[in-house]
Amino acid sequence: MQGSTADTETMMNVAGTTAVDHHADHPDFRIFGLIMFLIAESMIFLGLFAAYLTFRAVSTLPEDQMPELELLLPGINTMILISSSFIIHQAEDSIKENDIKGVQKWFGISALLGIIFLGGQVFEYSNLDFGLTDNIFASTFYLLTGFHGLHVLVGVLTILAVLWRSREEGHYSEESKFGIEAAELYWHFVDVVWIILFILLYLL
Amino acid sequence: MNIPTTILTLLAGITITLLSLWLGQNNNLLPIAASDNAAGVDSLFNAMLAISVGLFFLVQGLIVIAAIKFRQQPGDESDGPPIHGNIPLEILWTAIPAVLVLGISVYSFEIYNQMGGLDPMDHSAHMKPAAVQVAMQTDAMAGGLLADGTSADPNRPNFAAGVGAKPGQMDPADVTVNVMGLQYAWIFTYPETGSVSGELHIPVGQDVELDITAQDVLHAFWVPQFRLKQDAIPGKTTQLRFVATQPGTYPIVCAELCGSYHGGMRTQVFVHTPEEYEQWKQTQIASGIETEAIAMAPPSDSQSDGEFLEPFAEAMAMDMSPEMMHQMHAGSSHS
Amino acid sequence: MTQTVQENLPGSSPPPAHGHHKPTTWKTYFTFCEDHKVIGIQYLVTSFIFYLIGGALAVGVRAELATPQVDVVSRELYNQLFTVHATVMIFLWIVPAGTGAFGNYLLPLMIGARDMAFPKLNAVAFWMIPPAGILLIGSFLVEAPASGWTSYPPLSLVSGQFGEMCWILSLLILGTSSILGAINFSTTILKMRRPGLQLTQMPLFCWAMLAASALMLISTPVLAGAMILLSFDLIVGTNFFNPAGGGEPVVYQHMFWFYSHPAVYIMILPVFGMISDILPVHARKPIFGYKAIAYSSLAISFLGLIVWAHHMFTSGTPPWLRMFFMVATMIIAVPTGIKVFSWVATIWGGKLRLNSAMLFSMGFVSMFVVGGLSGVMVASVPFDIHVHDTYFIVAHLHYVLFGGSVFGLYAGIYHWYPKMTGRMMSELWGKIHFVLTFIGFNLCFMPMHWLGLQGMPRRVAEYDPQFATVNLICSIGSFILAISTIPFVVNAVWCWVKGEKAPSNPWNAISLEWQTESPPIPTNWEGDPPLITDPYAYGLKPGRKAIGAIRGSDLWAAKP
Ligand code: HEM
Ligand SMILES: [Cu+2]
Ligand SMILES: [Cu+2]
Repeated sequence: MQGSTADTETMMNVAGTTAVDHHADHPDFRIFGLIMFLIAESMIFLGLFAAYLTFRAVSTLPEDQMPELELLLPGINTMILISSSFIIHQAEDSIKENDIKGVQKWFGISALLGIIFLGGQVFEYSNLDFGLTDNIFASTFYLLTGFHGLHVLVGVLTILAVLWRSREEGHYSEESKFGIEAAELYWHFVDVVWIILFILLYLL
Repeated sequence: MNIPTTILTLLAGITITLLSLWLGQNNNLLPIAASDNAAGVDSLFNAMLAISVGLFFLVQGLIVIAAIKFRQQPGDESDGPPIHGNIPLEILWTAIPAVLVLGISVYSFEIYNQMGGLDPMDHSAHMKPAAVQVAMQTDAMAGGLLADGTSADPNRPNFAAGVGAKPGQMDPADVTVNVMGLQYAWIFTYPETGSVSGELHIPVGQDVELDITAQDVLHAFWVPQFRLKQDAIPGKTTQLRFVATQPGTYPIVCAELCGSYHGGMRTQVFVHTPEEYEQWKQTQIASGIETEAIAMAPPSDSQSDGEFLEPFAEAMAMDMSPEMMHQMHAGSSHS
Repeated sequence: MTQTVQENLPGSSPPPAHGHHKPTTWKTYFTFCEDHKVIGIQYLVTSFIFYLIGGALAVGVRAELATPQVDVVSRELYNQLFTVHATVMIFLWIVPAGTGAFGNYLLPLMIGARDMAFPKLNAVAFWMIPPAGILLIGSFLVEAPASGWTSYPPLSLVSGQFGEMCWILSLLILGTSSILGAINFSTTILKMRRPGLQLTQMPLFCWAMLAASALMLISTPVLAGAMILLSFDLIVGTNFFNPAGGGEPVVYQHMFWFYSHPAVYIMILPVFGMISDILPVHARKPIFGYKAIAYSSLAISFLGLIVWAHHMFTSGTPPWLRMFFMVATMIIAVPTGIKVFSWVATIWGGKLRLNSAMLFSMGFVSMFVVGGLSGVMVASVPFDIHVHDTYFIVAHLHYVLFGGSVFGLYAGIYHWYPKMTGRMMSELWGKIHFVLTFIGFNLCFMPMHWLGLQGMPRRVAEYDPQFATVNLICSIGSFILAISTIPFVVNAVWCWVKGEKAPSNPWNAISLEWQTESPPIPTNWEGDPPLITDPYAYGLKPGRKAIGAIRGSDLWAAKP
């Protein structure tokens, strides 16, 4: 460490003890990074929600221009998404017991539910009697649900990717389960966003 | 020299203070003040300038002195004193700016209130009480970040705030002019006479209200000598209310980027003496509308190409009756 | 310091024996390299090239404004010039240079990590920048965006779809890059510190980057939201922001400024941090008020999120909101003031080495103060109604962004150049650069205050002839500024190749990044980095008072 002056040396406390940690790699911070990413993601949704609420508050469109929305199908879709969140959580327990088969089962069901949700959404779209550019509420409706749907799609693809990788023996284990945790966390996020969105768009 | 540092510091402090105070009063940085709002804004500016000049010279002086006095002497490789902080000093320089900005905030609030900023859309005087109630209700719902929540005209629902009636001023304005910004001109409509012009004519000493909107994109109505500026927003009406205090001719400048001729979007406001104003009104009634409208915002030399005139042609082609203008103000959100 | 610490550092695999790091050559800089030092320099050089391009556009703008008439460029081109100029300067120069370049280069070195938390993500974030920049600047070949860097609808919806779309796409890419960067910075600072190094023992740059990362994570996505809505209006024909179809243009302004006010702090906070780290080294004195500076960064970051509507005082914002945003904005001056006074107190009584890094740092403090003071003025609603969207604002923003951020970035380059390249820059040319920049800058921007007060709006290609003389002065200042970059570029390029070899710690600095080779080896340290609990421990000499015994009055007693 040449170059540092004599008096700087006094300021450096050098820890003399040997560390206890003997793992070769530094801890895995990817989940932490994912949480940071999800903070950013939630801010996009927050911004769009705020825009939607402001449009509602200030728009001079007459009330009857507000899109008419059926509640049944989206209600079922909401149930599907919420239950899938509980189901994917089971995978967490499975992997703690190194039960890859269990993970595959729960992930498989979750992916299926996600696909059903998307199908439901496409069906809903095709039965609505207003179009994307009809008015500002129609536009926000499609934009918010579509943007969320895109996230569901990404979530499903992530789950499928984990499933694909889990075929390989030992790819995931109790110690190495980032993919599983990440997919689950993302799925919960998508779920929470949907609940807020459902309240704002359908119930309020 | 053997003058103690404390004395020097004191002298420097006094000099800076006097200099700031002097500059705060004698800066001549603002154009003449031609509206009743201007005096308040100017004294606010002068106060802030004085404080800023003082702080500027304080910091600048310390840096320059440090650069001279504390520069490393040749051959001196040693360090400065190991001072890590000084809590009382730090509290002091947290507290002083805090007090200063709070003071400026209160002062600004006061001036803003005097200008009528807190009561921008008070059309209650125009309306029957029942209408006011309805307006209040619809608007309370509208709440949100955009609409002014205090009052609005139910006939023209989309009001946004500007600068309104002064505190205690209950009567409607003496003169109301509808202002429409479009690429790249201002059109002024005078409901009183039904006339339309490209320049603004107002009487001195009377309470004037401008109801401002835009046809195409955002513009901003600015008269530097009035110290007043307000965005013109398509589909909304904003308001400026003021009293012009100095007869004369002042520029009206568009201050919000509105396209390639934004810089050319200028016209004038004529502040007339009462007699002149009466006279002007008579000519308006006599001569009808079209001629005056053509004269609006004479495009300067290079601007006379067809593109520049296009919007004028459009404006000219349509019926310029007050009703029509009125609809344009309120209704462009439904097109 | 002779002892080595047998523990595993975050971010370290043990120094690789099989050399998976190839030696860094010039070719490395053109590859998808995951070394944070390479990425930092990639960011710095790339953003500096964009700075030169943005500067050329500014020269075009000032050439046009040298006379009141529209003569040098057409009105349409003029609007494109200032739009792309501002976008390039903000999104392709100051943001990537402040956060990407210095953040990446310095953070791991300052906290004793071997790399950033997510090296691959880091490289991805960098490589998004060149295509976004090329897209934005390349749009000139067809039609560049022309509705200002704020791109307010409805104008942005009617002023040319192609250019506007290039602008939106470019911003979406850059925004994503910035978010990815922030994920890396925050994780690195919070999780990757050398064991034993506490947050309050980090160099202040790390605090500033933490505060800036929070802003990047929270506010950038909202800009992305606004861009998505705007592009739908532009391409698909929705009417979110188009009043002609029942939309609300003012909602765009809220979304835009919810990002773009914090963005100004994203641009200045890293520079605050750099200045806090440069001044003590060359003043040979500890930073004054470490904790106050650290926490004021967080305060600025928080307050920065709740002041955005001060850009909208004439947009029809309701009175009570204007008052709220006025007071909130003014309060930001308090933590900002704390920093300024602390910097002044840091150099007061020191032994100042007036080299280029120090001159630019002191220049930063004095110029930033002007911008901060005019900032408080424009925060005052009645006054802002007069000066909003005028040259007074142009003056304000350049005093904080040029006099602030750019001066600070220059200071950072002069200071860390030996660390990055292993060579010294020429001091003489550095000083010439400083003098030219300082004169050109003030000549260009100081008179603009007057222009705005007197009645000249911003973003105009033509103006009232009464402003001709002052505008000419501004233009001359801008040409001096343009020339001032020449000595810098020559100095930087020449010295990188031929400069005098730098010792590993040429400034005798204490903080951790200097306690390794210059440039550092790929793993940053042979063995483990020392634990430096006080990176500002200057001035502790035998026979001097121990730190604990120092009293504040010693500051004033100090005589050279
Ligand atoms: C004491 C701190 C500051 C205060 C109180 C302040 C206040 C303001 C206000 C009120 C405006 C809006 C003026 C208007 O458009 O009418 C403004 C504009 C601006 N400020 Fe600051 N500011 C401060 C510091 C900064 C800093 C540190 C930066 C960047 C590094 C910055 C960059 C800008 C920019 C770029 C604009 C113009 C945006 C535009 O309209 O294009 N400001 N400032
Ligand atoms: Cu304009
Ligand atoms: Cu701001």
